[in-house]
Amino acid sequence: MSAGHTHALYVHGDSRLHALPAHVKLVALLIVIVAVVATPRERVGVFAAHAAVIIVAAAGAHLSPRFIGGRLLIGAPFLAFAFLLPFVGGGDRVVVGALSLSVGGLWGAWSVLVKGTLALAASVVVTATTPVPALLAGLGRLRVPVVITEIAGFMVRYLEVIAGEMHRAKVAMAARGYQPRWAWQGTALATSAGALFIRSHERGERVYDAMLSRGYQGRLPQPDATAATPADWVRALALPLCAAAAAALAVIR
Amino acid sequence: MSAPALEVRGLEYTYPDGTQVLRGTDFHIHPGERVALLGPNGAGKTTLVLHLNGILTPDAGDVTVAGLAVQPRTVKEIRRRVGIVFQDPDDQLFMTTVRQDVAFGPANYGVTGEELDRRVLDALTDVGMAGVVDRPPHHLSLGERRRVAVATVLAMNPEILVLDEPSSNMDPASRRELADVLTGLEITLLMITHDLPYALELCPRAMIMNHGRIVADGPTAALLGNRELMSANRLELPLGFDPSLARPERLPAPRGRPFSSK
Repeated sequence: MSAGHTHALYVHGDSRLHALPAHVKLVALLIVIVAVVATPRERVGVFAAHAAVIIVAAAGAHLSPRFIGGRLLIGAPFLAFAFLLPFVGGGDRVVVGALSLSVGGLWGAWSVLVKGTLALAASVVVTATTPVPALLAGLGRLRVPVVITEIAGFMVRYLEVIAGEMHRAKVAMAARGYQPRWAWQGTALATSAGALFIRSHERGERVYDAMLSRGYQGRLPQPDATAATPADWVRALALPLCAAAAAALAVIR
Repeated sequence: MSAPALEVRGLEYTYPDGTQVLRGTDFHIHPGERVALLGPNGAGKTTLVLHLNGILTPDAGDVTVAGLAVQPRTVKEIRRRVGIVFQDPDDQLFMTTVRQDVAFGPANYGVTGEELDRRVLDALTDVGMAGVVDRPPHHLSLGERRRVAVATVLAMNPEILVLDEPSSNMDPASRRELADVLTGLEITLLMITHDLPYALELCPRAMIMNHGRIVADGPTAALLGNRELMSANRLELPLGFDPSLARPERLPAPRGRPFSSK
């Protein structure tokens, strides 16, 4: 793909990671995520090895730590939940300053934090180096059901359109002096979200009419995914397989 | 005269909520004609368009495209022959790249490989948008998206191009660029518009639709110059615009790559 900017997630570049076929990168990502999730939470050193694998990949793709850090913020709401675990967990407790924390809860929080962050970081590296259309074509090549990739494609296509409509609705409300400060003042916002839902549904019908008008008969043409050479597979899987081996050793021993 | 490119006879249609929108619409268009369809909001123009390729099925009457009647068994071929460019390009451009979107129509008709690539590039070249082939449609300006939407239909080699409000919301330069593209195509054209100077510039013939019927049909300049007809159908010219001053020889002549109909 020669797209200058294909989607907000994608960072244009010409690294080896950028050049690898999407389906190879997706398999590599899956291996890293399984390795991270399968690693016992007590094996801190193995998580360090996983992190090293991801850092090497990110550096190879010329992605800065600041960029990766910024993208990781999307996981913050999920991680916030993890911070509750030490307080609500049962079993042995440890006193830290004025706080009495559950040991099991602390390990639980650590597990969610480290596994969530590493899996997310690996996903960020892949999505930043692969344009969305190539990702979808790669999923298709990996035999992901067509209906799933089609829905994902439509979502990507219309997310910005709908977000734009929501933004304009909010601006139009603000222009008439609407400044909600409390939850009970959010009625107008909720009504506008409802109206947006109806509009999106109607747009869906118009899009479907436009598709029928160009001969749509229930199946979208599938884009050709780039074929992968054995060298591509070796390049893409070398690091993930190291992570998988480290995870396997940690589980066995 | 040759056989009509498009013939509509006695079309009637009532929406499921009971609103009758088409009340016996009759007209025909010959190959190579460029016709504007004018009329107030709610006259039934867009409903009519949805009948031209069998998206809606009439309660009475029929539609024939280059001799082929619109019926359930012909609807696939009809949709290749009638290329509809919808009003909102975001409804028309739904794939993740311009290339995929332009390829969508021909691919549905079994075009593949090099022939598909050629169709995509030819259609985009015709609208002057070959440079955006790998861009996502939502990153283009409205004028660019309109032109790409025209390309998505041209790639199917249609017999007739139907445009719903092609100039709405466009800045004057984009409006001019689209007019240049449309006048450059040697193709039968039906254009729904509220933009009366645009209709005069692009279409030698115009029809006025109101209350589900064609109430006037003739040379565009003559219809726009008929004050009683215009006001009876809620049509208004821009302030200071005099259609009698737009002489035919000053209007753009057809040019560009001839379109094959097969």
